[in-house]
Amino acid sequence: MFQIIRKQEMAKGSIIRFDITAPKIASKAKAGQFVIVRINETGERIPLTVADKDEFAGTITLVFQVVGKTTALMRSLKEGDLIRDVVGPLGKAADVEKIGTVVMVGGGTGVAILHHVTKAFKEVGNYVIGIIGAKEKDLIILEDEMRAMCDELIVTTDDGSWGERGFVTQPLQKYLGERYDIKLCYAIGPIIMMKNVCNLTKKYKLPTMVSLNPVMIDGTGMCGGCRVTVDNKTQFCCVDGPDFDGHLVDFDELEKRNSIYMKDEKDSLLFSIR
Amino acid sequence: MFEQDIKYLKFKTYLNTYCPHCRNTFNVEKKDSKSLDFKAIYKGQEIDLRLSPFLDVFDVESSVPIAEGDMVEDFLCPRCKKSLISQEVPCGECGSPVAELIIAVYSKLIPFYVCMRHKCKWHGLTKADENKIKLKIPRQEMPEQDQKLRVANYGEVPYGFTSELAALEAGRCLQCKNPKCVDGCPVNIDIPNFVRLIADEKFDEAAKKIKERNILPAICGRVCPQESQCEQLCILGLRDKPVAIGNLERFVADFERKMDLVRVPSIKTRLNKKIAIVGSGPAGLTVAADLQQLGYQVTIYEALHETGGVLVYGIPEFRLPKSIVSFEIDYLKKLGVRFELNHVIGRTITIDELLEHFSAVFIGVGAGLPTFMNIENESLGNVFSSNEYLTRMNLMKAYKFPEYDTPKPRGNKVVVIGGGNVAMDSARTAIRTGSSEVTIVYRRSRQELPARHEEVRHAEEEGIKFMLLTNPVKYIGNDQKMLKGMECIRMKLGEPDASGRRRPVAIDGSNFILETDLAVVAIGTGPNPVIFQTTPDLKRNKWGYLEVNPETMETSKEFVYAGGDIVTGSATVILAMGAGRIAANAIHKKLSEAA
Repeated sequence: MFQIIRKQEMAKGSIIRFDITAPKIASKAKAGQFVIVRINETGERIPLTVADKDEFAGTITLVFQVVGKTTALMRSLKEGDLIRDVVGPLGKAADVEKIGTVVMVGGGTGVAILHHVTKAFKEVGNYVIGIIGAKEKDLIILEDEMRAMCDELIVTTDDGSWGERGFVTQPLQKYLGERYDIKLCYAIGPIIMMKNVCNLTKKYKLPTMVSLNPVMIDGTGMCGGCRVTVDNKTQFCCVDGPDFDGHLVDFDELEKRNSIYMKDEKDSLLFSIR
Repeated sequence: MFEQDIKYLKFKTYLNTYCPHCRNTFNVEKKDSKSLDFKAIYKGQEIDLRLSPFLDVFDVESSVPIAEGDMVEDFLCPRCKKSLISQEVPCGECGSPVAELIIAVYSKLIPFYVCMRHKCKWHGLTKADENKIKLKIPRQEMPEQDQKLRVANYGEVPYGFTSELAALEAGRCLQCKNPKCVDGCPVNIDIPNFVRLIADEKFDEAAKKIKERNILPAICGRVCPQESQCEQLCILGLRDKPVAIGNLERFVADFERKMDLVRVPSIKTRLNKKIAIVGSGPAGLTVAADLQQLGYQVTIYEALHETGGVLVYGIPEFRLPKSIVSFEIDYLKKLGVRFELNHVIGRTITIDELLEHFSAVFIGVGAGLPTFMNIENESLGNVFSSNEYLTRMNLMKAYKFPEYDTPKPRGNKVVVIGGGNVAMDSARTAIRTGSSEVTIVYRRSRQELPARHEEVRHAEEEGIKFMLLTNPVKYIGNDQKMLKGMECIRMKLGEPDASGRRRPVAIDGSNFILETDLAVVAIGTGPNPVIFQTTPDLKRNKWGYLEVNPETMETSKEFVYAGGDIVTGSATVILAMGAGRIAANAIHKKLSEAA
């Protein structure tokens, strides 16, 4: 049983942040890794990236968007409540090294994951450019934390209610056009965002890593439910990822596979309301 | 008639016993006066003799006392007054004459002998006659849920023997002087002994006898392929069907559990050493039970949120109820074994860290990596590995969706690729979801199907179709990238390959499209990479599994042992348990010497 010791609602309640007591995971979790969460006996297992961790306090931070049954149930939990199962840290850690200048691109809830990776890259001494974006002002998260860590930070919103108006690809395009010292790009966010960023960076031959978010069941490599096609080969996101070379990922397939259970999600929510 | 015959086999009362001459029945019509009255000649005198209900010459009541060792000269039928002494058969023990009575078994009359020497130990049947009777009893059928009924539920299909069926079946055992069945068992259970105890209706003792070698009889009795192990070597099986050893094992294990007779042994020695076990499947559970009982403190680490490994996520409820697995796990907990769930060794804790706190580590993580065919469009929606399909249904109980949150994979025309037990399990699970058609697609022919015959029969009875000598070529999707069909090709059998089975060869141009909206790929599994990724100094063998010393199950890392599917590739529960036993012995030996 894992206790929620802090809860924070962001983005008009559509994005939630939990700090959970999980000392063993906190001591091992590296940037990019995730945990599998199951909230109760009848619950499903879902992957959530570790957005941050505090080794001394023995806590990990999970930031998630309410997109389905389980995340909706999680939103209703309060500080002090217990989550039944949290297992991790899973997946390969992000490959963090001091290479010079890196650009971190985050969209929506992806910024929570990006934040942990950004911290790691900054801590080893890179020059970090951050670009974060969302649909509107209220959906921008962790801006202050990102600003504190990045050497430069651009914020965008689709409707222009905060920061620059437009998609993250626009400031990215500007940077790519003006600077020649960017060594690596990390893009984490909705699939369409990652796909667009990759299409852009491909033109500039900039190595780009993405963090994929397929549906998972066990998270330890035994079921193949999270399989993604990278460079025309099947990889299991939970043991070979979750970070992959964005230029080789088949994003369309991932998008389609993620939408398989949409009707079931609806049925599941309706069942619990009744 | 049925009860008479069972009771006969244990030489109990209410027998229909007849005079061989006039067919006078010695038995009483009333059940209460359970004795046989004769006239006998003793020391020249006619006396009344009453034999005990057990036809036991020890219990003789006579009108004149008979000294031990004395010969009774004659037995006479009270009705026809003829002598009952047999002219053909002498006493098997002392050579004296014997009286012959007739008893009826399955409406066949069989001679039963009573030695004339008082207190002689021999009485009953000659061994030949005994075997003759045993051969007349057919192998008892396991009562099962009706074929159509069971497709609508997930209840266990075989109901299990009743105590009458079990005693009768156990009576068939010839109690061979040189039994072969024990050799067929990977953990060498004392089969003739436990079967005899069942025949004597000592069910509790029979269970304890099995548990001397096998701590999970309720599970093995259900999932072991006895037909290729103990039962295959049964000597009765040479002339008739073999003794139903598996069903008997299952019966006593269930009896012990239902009657609340399971007793946790008290552990006398406490060694100050701790053992870590990775994986709560059959291999790990065996090592845990063995070492905990020797006095070690054992902790089992499990990656999933439930213990049991393949017993819980792989084998469906209708073949192995999860309540039985949790009962066995509880037994281990009562022994003192600690369980830590949600621990992925290699990630949450590493093996090296374990070695800092434990004297030895046993790795029993199984072969959980799914194998795909790597054909076109395998990532379409509704194409599952059998691991994912069964994990959703069994572990996450998706068949109870939406009561349980994990979505249930649903298809109208389901196709299962593969021919092993996992394929049967997947197909039988699919038919229970209400699919109108479930088809097994296997590239070889019927004879090569690796699944247990019993499971193939169950699958056929439940309406699953078999499309043999067929291999998938590619999947076909619709606009939403969901599966809508599968292109297949017909196969024919060529020369045998390394495994001895004939190689399937594609017949060019025989391609056809099979309509399907859900495919389960059950063609085998491989070793899970996580443990290797995180512990690079564990040596692997040429097939990618963990290399171990076959006599001690120790890996290339000292004090780290392994057994089960992670060493052999996917095999059976009982083989994993056998490996666990070897490892436990080796660990104990090494740690005792080190001290």
